[in-house]
Amino acid sequence: MQNDTLITVENLSRYYAKHLAVKNISFEVRRGEVLGFLGPNGAGKSTTMQIITGNLAPSEGSVRINGIDILDHPKQAKARLGFLPEQPPLYREHTVDEYLNYCARINRVPREQRATAVANAKQRCGLTEVGRRLIGNLSKGYQQRVGIAQAIVHAPDVVILDEPTVGLDPIQIREIRQLIRELGKEHSVILSTHILPEVQSTCTRVQIINKGELVMTDTIEGLTRRMESSSLLVAMNHPPALEDLTGIANVQSAEDLGQGRFRLHYKPAQNPAEAVAEMAVTRRWGLYELIP
Amino acid sequence: MILTIAGRELRSLFLSPLAWSILAVVELILGFMFLSQIDAYLMAQPQLAMMESAPGITDFIIAPLFGNAAVVLLLALPLVTMRLISEERRNQTISLLMSAPLSMTEIALGKYLGILGFVLIMLGMIVLMPLSLLLGGSLDLGMLASGTLGLALLLASFAAIGLFMSTLTAHPAVAAIATFGTLLLLWILDLSASGGGQEDNVLRYLSLLRHFEPMLRGGFDSTDFVYFLLIIATFLILSIRRLDAYRLQH
Repeated sequence: MQNDTLITVENLSRYYAKHLAVKNISFEVRRGEVLGFLGPNGAGKSTTMQIITGNLAPSEGSVRINGIDILDHPKQAKARLGFLPEQPPLYREHTVDEYLNYCARINRVPREQRATAVANAKQRCGLTEVGRRLIGNLSKGYQQRVGIAQAIVHAPDVVILDEPTVGLDPIQIREIRQLIRELGKEHSVILSTHILPEVQSTCTRVQIINKGELVMTDTIEGLTRRMESSSLLVAMNHPPALEDLTGIANVQSAEDLGQGRFRLHYKPAQNPAEAVAEMAVTRRWGLYELIP
Repeated sequence: MILTIAGRELRSLFLSPLAWSILAVVELILGFMFLSQIDAYLMAQPQLAMMESAPGITDFIIAPLFGNAAVVLLLALPLVTMRLISEERRNQTISLLMSAPLSMTEIALGKYLGILGFVLIMLGMIVLMPLSLLLGGSLDLGMLASGTLGLALLLASFAAIGLFMSTLTAHPAVAAIATFGTLLLLWILDLSASGGGQEDNVLRYLSLLRHFEPMLRGGFDSTDFVYFLLIIATFLILSIRRLDAYRLQH
C-alpha cells in the first residue's frame, strides 16, 4: 500500500492573505499513473503543485511523498520528486551539460552515477545533440525539454509538470506528450494544463479544479463518457417529479437545478427534445424554455 | 552540497560581464590611487629622511590604499551581491533550489561562499599591488597582513549584508540600493558620534569604520574580529530565516 501510493494530499488549503486559492483538496496518485490536473487559469493548479513540491507552505493540510511528510522531512521527501514549474528554472548562461550536471549534484545523485544519469535524461528528452550549447541560445521548445530533463535527472518517484507544453509548436507538443506517457510507466506523474485534449492523450486519470475546489475526479474513460452524452436545459412553470422526466424515451438522467429548471442528459443523435415538448403539452407542465 | 552551489554561483558570476567589469573598474581606480600614493611618497621622501621615526613605506601606502579600497568596494560590492537571491526569484530559478533536497541553510551558505570566493579574488588582486613593492624594497609584512585581514573581514561583512538584502526583494536594483544604503549608514555612524556623549559611544561602536581603521594601522584587536564575525553571522542567519519565510508568503 505504501509502495503503491506515491502522493497523498490531505485537506490541503492555501490562503493568499484573505483570498482562498486552494480549498480543502484531497487526492492520491499511485505509481504508474499520469494524473491530469485540469482547470482554467487562476484555478489554483500552480499553487497546488508548488505546495506538493515544497515551494509553498500550505495554510492547512498535509502532503506526503511516498509516505514522507514534506513539511516534517523536506529533504527526504524532495529527494523523491522532480518539478518543472510553469517557467522552467534554467540558468541561461550555462550549457545544457553543465546545467544538468549541476541539477544532478544538488539532487544528490552519487558522483559515479552522475554521468549516466545526465546522459540518460538527455537521451530521453532528445537533448543529446545540444549538450554543449548555451541554454539561453536554445529555442523555447528545447528549453522546455531541458526543464523536463532537469525534473527527471535524479530518477525521482514523482514527476510534477506545470503546463509542460505551453508555447511549443504542434510537433514538439506531440513529442513531449509521448515523453510524458513514457515517464508515466515508471514514475507517478502529475501534469497540469488547461488544454483538454492534452489530458485525453496523455493521462490515465483526470481531476478538474475550479476556483480552488476539486469539482471532478474521474478516469479518462469516465471523462470521455461524460463528454459524449449531451444535455438539454428545460424550464417549466409546473415542474413534474424527476422520475417523470427520466421516464421519457432517450433521456439518460435528469438533474434538478431548482425553480422548475432541469438538465436532461442524453446520448448524441438521440435528441429527446421533441418527446419532451409533447409530454409537457399533454401533461400541462407549462414548458416555457427549452435550450439545447 | 554547499560547495556545489557556491561553485555554480562563482562560475555564473564570471560568465556574466558584470563581475569582469567590476573587477576591471575597481582595479583601475585602485591602481591609479596606488600609483599616486607612490608618487606622493617619492615627493615626500626628502622631508621624511630628515624626520626621526618617520612613517615607513607601508604606513604611507598601504593604509590609504586599503582605506580607499574599502570605500570603492562599498560602492561596487552591492552590484555583485544584488543578484544572489533576487535574480533567482525574478527568473524563478529559485524553485530549482527549493524543490531539490537542500536545506535553506545550505542554500544561503552556498550563495554566501560563492560571493566570498569573488571577494577573495578581488582582495588578492588588490593585495598584489603593495606586494609588488617587494621587488624594489622591503615592507612591514605584519602590517600588510593585518590590513589584509581587516579588509577581508570588512568585505565579508559587506557580502553578508548584501546577501540578506537580496533575499528581501525580487528586484536586484532594489537590493543593490538597500545594501548600499545600509553599508553607507554603518560606515558613517561614526561621523555623527563626534560629540562624545554616552549614546554617541554606542553609535560609534556600531560603525564599521571604527573597527576597520585600527587594523589598517597594524593593530589587531580581538573585539574588532568578533564584531565582524557577529555582523556576518547575524546577516547570514537573517538570510536563512528569510528564505524559510519565502514559502509562507501571502
